[in-house]
Amino acid sequence: MITIDDGVLREMYRRMSRIRRFEDTTKELLLAGELYGAFHTSTGQEASIVGSCMALRIDDSMVGTHRSHGHPIGKGAQLDRLMAELMGKETGVNQGKGGSMHLSDFSVGSLGETSIVGSGLPVSTGAALAYKMRGEDKVSLCFFGDGASSQGTFHESLNIASIWQLPVVYVCENNGYGELTSAKDAVSVEDISVRAIGYDMPGVTVDGQDVLAVFEAVSEAVDLARDGGGPSLVETKTYRFENHAVGRLPEHYRSAEEVEYWRTQRDPLVLFRQVLIERGFDEQQIDDLDAAVSEEIVAALEFARQSPSPPPEAAFTHLFADPAPSAG
Amino acid sequence: MRTVTYIQAVTEAMTEEMERDESVFIMGEDVAWNMMGDCTGMVEKFGTERVRNTPISEAGFVGAGAGAAMVGMRPIVHMLIAPFMYVAFDQIVSIISKSTYTYGGQARLPITLRAPMMYGVSNAAQHSDRPYATLMTIPGLKLIAPASPHDAKGMLKAAIRDDNPVITFEDRSLWGQSGEVPDDDLIVPLGQAAVRREGTDVTVVTVAGAITLGLAAAEQLASEGVSVEVIDLRSIVPMDTDTILESVAKTGRLLIADPAHEMGSVASEISAVVAQHGFWSLQAPIARVTTPHCHVPFNADLEKQLLPTADKIVSEARALME
Ligand SMILES: Cc1ncc(C[n+]2csc(CCOP(=O)(O)OP(=O)(O)O)c2C)c(N)n1
Ligand SMILES: [Mg+2]
Repeated sequence: MITIDDGVLREMYRRMSRIRRFEDTTKELLLAGELYGAFHTSTGQEASIVGSCMALRIDDSMVGTHRSHGHPIGKGAQLDRLMAELMGKETGVNQGKGGSMHLSDFSVGSLGETSIVGSGLPVSTGAALAYKMRGEDKVSLCFFGDGASSQGTFHESLNIASIWQLPVVYVCENNGYGELTSAKDAVSVEDISVRAIGYDMPGVTVDGQDVLAVFEAVSEAVDLARDGGGPSLVETKTYRFENHAVGRLPEHYRSAEEVEYWRTQRDPLVLFRQVLIERGFDEQQIDDLDAAVSEEIVAALEFARQSPSPPPEAAFTHLFADPAPSAG
Repeated sequence: MRTVTYIQAVTEAMTEEMERDESVFIMGEDVAWNMMGDCTGMVEKFGTERVRNTPISEAGFVGAGAGAAMVGMRPIVHMLIAPFMYVAFDQIVSIISKSTYTYGGQARLPITLRAPMMYGVSNAAQHSDRPYATLMTIPGLKLIAPASPHDAKGMLKAAIRDDNPVITFEDRSLWGQSGEVPDDDLIVPLGQAAVRREGTDVTVVTVAGAITLGLAAAEQLASEGVSVEVIDLRSIVPMDTDTILESVAKTGRLLIADPAHEMGSVASEISAVVAQHGFWSLQAPIARVTTPHCHVPFNADLEKQLLPTADKIVSEARALME
């Protein structure tokens, strides 16, 4: 096992806690009617997100999905502008134009969270192409789901990355379902990572609830990419605790026992807390981290609530990168 | 001034921009092999890194172009022919047209898609589309259809330097045409129509290769005493409706010649704009010379009867004068 210093461990826990508390809060607000829109939360997948993102440098890029509240947080984004975005406010990361399915903070290298399933794979591949052509030592990381692994863009992107030996790491967050359909019924293989063989690149499956296992596997892939060794596929076996979209759909496709098992036995924050204790942290230190995050959430909420909504003419800005034509 | 062909002008534009800016490169199927003859001398000059053959993965390489653009490159993506864009449609619509907007201005996509169009040459339905009207319905894309060597060069260079996605529809019926191009750096701003012949009786707006037909028709009509103003639209989005409305204010008659299918066409859009904003100038109904809402057949005679011709423009224009 690689050695990780305490500061990094603390930051890992802090980011996981931020995602969990952010998501718990947004779910509450959604159900209470303060937030609106399609809401795919990352609760349960924090280790997969943070283990992957912390293997990157801040100037490396990351592309997310429709389920991407967590990804920019994992990459280091501040919570206030994310929360403001979920409220559609002018101060939001996307100035109220993107919302839940597009939360993305380019300032921390989150290159867009895209909600057409599988559409981010070519984009992250292209970022890697740019890094390679410019001789930069940056790495591009792409999150996608088990469902997205059935898209043609998966095949096209991995093939392109392989023939061109691009510095990209494909992280398949296999949470067992695409919407309501089990991966067992939709994906031809048990472990999606075996598909890497078809692209002549390394493929590995890790326990996605174990942040250190994810960190280690993704770090190895990132190092390989940075050193010119080309792309890799990492599959994290994980689980989403909430339904596909909060408050919207039936949940008859999976058993309450299954959900209960993952929530009680496989909660990545609980599991990581144990690891931290074993490594010499005490409960109080961890509770303090959680408490600080809770305060951050309160402040983020306050910021978002106080922020103005965009004026009507904002609907017409950013259509083009040039100064946009005005309404009318 | 030099005389060059349209296709040479395209090659010059790409070559000059690649010389000028390291972040410009071209990728697409068989570009390094210069399969279409439009990349002559480029791989020799820039190598296979910047004149990059791709696998047959339109969604993959168009999307990769988008990703590269988002982190500061200026890719030219060669579609081979326009209908192959359908395979990459989600990347064009969901990623390329929407990212600047959706991310609230955080993303810039300086990408140019080159979409040559072949029609009228018995390639049958799948290979003969002129799909600019389909793309025109999508906000966030600039669409151009340069129709002379001068514009092919100047507008492609402007497209490459533009910070937004631009799709350039090159009508292959024009590729072999020659025209004058200045020796110095030529930039033709996007969004401006060009009056290619002045006249007072009928305004004929042409799209893409229809310019050839429009000018021929104008010559014929002139011999009959009808003075035709020919406007080459050049830029589909943004559309220079001012130039069209000014012309119609003068002539009182409008005909649009557009090689694409009639329903929901660029011709339809221009008709709507003039009907709404130029209605009181009109002395006759608006005429459209387009391709009927019907696929393109293989049989050469069957195909030919569908497409716009100079004769069709002449007879429609005569009718407007009655
Ligand atoms: C192209 C496309 N088809 C369908 C949908 C509807 N949809 C949204 S999320 C989703 C499931 C995606 O599954 P997966 O990739 O496993 O991601 P997860 O939701 O499990 O995180 C589907 C089908 C979509 N957004 N895009
Ligand atoms: Mg899934």
